[in-house]
Amino acid sequence: MKNENVLTNNINLTENKTDNSLSKTKIDVKNLSAFFGKNQVLKKINLTIPENKVLAIIGPSGCGKSTFLRCINRMHEVVNGTTTGKIIFDGKSIYQYDPVVLRRKIGMVFQKPNPFPTMSIFQNAVAGLKLNGLKNKKTLAEIAEKSLRQAALWDEVKDKLNDSGVNISGGQQQRLCIARTLAVNPEVILMDEPASALDPISIAKIEDLILELKKKYTIIIVTHNMQQAARISDSTAFFMTGDLIEFSKTSVMFTNPKEKLTEDYITGRFG
Amino acid sequence: MTRDSKNFILFRRKLINHVMISATFLATLIAVLPLLFIFYYTISKGISSLNIDFFINMPKPVGETGGGIANAIMGTAILVGIGSAIGLPIGIFAGIYLAEYGNNKFGKIVGLLTDVLSGMPSIVVGVVAYTLVVIPMHHFSAFAGGVALAILMIPTITRTTEEMIKLVPHSYREAGLALGVSQWKTSLIIVFRSAGKGIATGVLLGLARAAGETAPLLFTSLGNRFWSTKIFQPIASLTVYIYKYAQSPFEDWNRQAWAGALVLIFLISLMSLLFKFFTRSKYKKSR
Repeated sequence: MKNENVLTNNINLTENKTDNSLSKTKIDVKNLSAFFGKNQVLKKINLTIPENKVLAIIGPSGCGKSTFLRCINRMHEVVNGTTTGKIIFDGKSIYQYDPVVLRRKIGMVFQKPNPFPTMSIFQNAVAGLKLNGLKNKKTLAEIAEKSLRQAALWDEVKDKLNDSGVNISGGQQQRLCIARTLAVNPEVILMDEPASALDPISIAKIEDLILELKKKYTIIIVTHNMQQAARISDSTAFFMTGDLIEFSKTSVMFTNPKEKLTEDYITGRFG
Repeated sequence: MTRDSKNFILFRRKLINHVMISATFLATLIAVLPLLFIFYYTISKGISSLNIDFFINMPKPVGETGGGIANAIMGTAILVGIGSAIGLPIGIFAGIYLAEYGNNKFGKIVGLLTDVLSGMPSIVVGVVAYTLVVIPMHHFSAFAGGVALAILMIPTITRTTEEMIKLVPHSYREAGLALGVSQWKTSLIIVFRSAGKGIATGVLLGLARAAGETAPLLFTSLGNRFWSTKIFQPIASLTVYIYKYAQSPFEDWNRQAWAGALVLIFLISLMSLLFKFFTRSKYKKSR
């Protein structure tokens, strides 16, 4: 198994000439198709995501960006979606993991901030751990502080940890959701347009945060904002009507796209 | 269009607005009027018989004046207690099931049956409980009464729980699942807690309905003129007490029936208030 792992990594490195860094493949998507009933939403997607990098996914509405994200942590099946093809996470198919365990390793932040309304800021931050049975108050407090600090929210909420999680601003709520995701200690974070419902200052904070988080985590972010993709991602994937049109380094994609479609989309000719 | 006709349209719009607001206000007033009448009559007729003795004494033998309803209060408490012990868990779990996993033929049929059950006349439920519990046990009992009340509570609680859980935004459910929380814990802790307030209201409606039922108790718990807390013996209840005393030819008993009604209303209102107090939101109203 280990040998195989090394082998596939080597292949990926040689295949992916656009990616010069030596970091190992975290997620490898092979021939992934996704369906809702008979409706095919994703068509044979192939891409690799190296560890500690940010992958941005762009494309017009309804192109399958969110579905792609939700396939990776098996949230697609929660809404009765089906898939064919393979997603390899750390050398193992995601279907070999229990979905609950997989989702602890691959966290997710949603488009709309959704802190739990019945819980305080503190309880929200450690909700994932508490609901999974961690009871030690000291540990919980430590993790809450650590993840709130990581999410750059600690200084703003440290004096009101027992306030409701929904009585803070939208940007703060979204960072609380990020903290909540970090508290479970995932390896990969999926972000589904995490800044699209926020004001410019909050967006800037979230973007800084993503650049900071990439030191420890692998991040896949869906965004409608081309500038955002250019600012924060290492590689970019352009989806359209379920096809992966282009997948390359962000610097290449935004300066010298290979496909005409990509160029048209990036320059705002459609979408 | 002349300025006059513009003014006229504006005036008409304002007038219609005022008329409609007044109409809704009037309807609201008429809706609460019966409640005010109920309070007025029970208080004016019942208050004179209310004193400490009425709460702590037992009914006196026929012919003697005075006496109290201690056993009936206790009996109603026990009956509602048995009813909720059976009905609450069944109703709430059934509601969770219907909301979370009930999107199939079975769920839809159960939902429909629940609606039918909630419209079932309580006397029919009493007869059923009589056949199911009293006949096999060969005697009337508090337990049989509790079963009848549970059957009456279950549809209200099931439906409210289901509706309230369905109102919880899908995003909370997804947030829970995406945190690596298992499905049942997400349903039970995150979703159920978010729906808590609404469910509490449903539970309260169910309890209040059960506490106010008379017909099914006539067949099941029967009534008892003596102090009893045994659940397999006939037991007194406020409603049956009111029913019997209101029918009696003695003036003193009629007065006591009014007082009993007042106590029943008071207890149900108290229960509502306590429920509202204990299920109030920990946080100020969220935005």
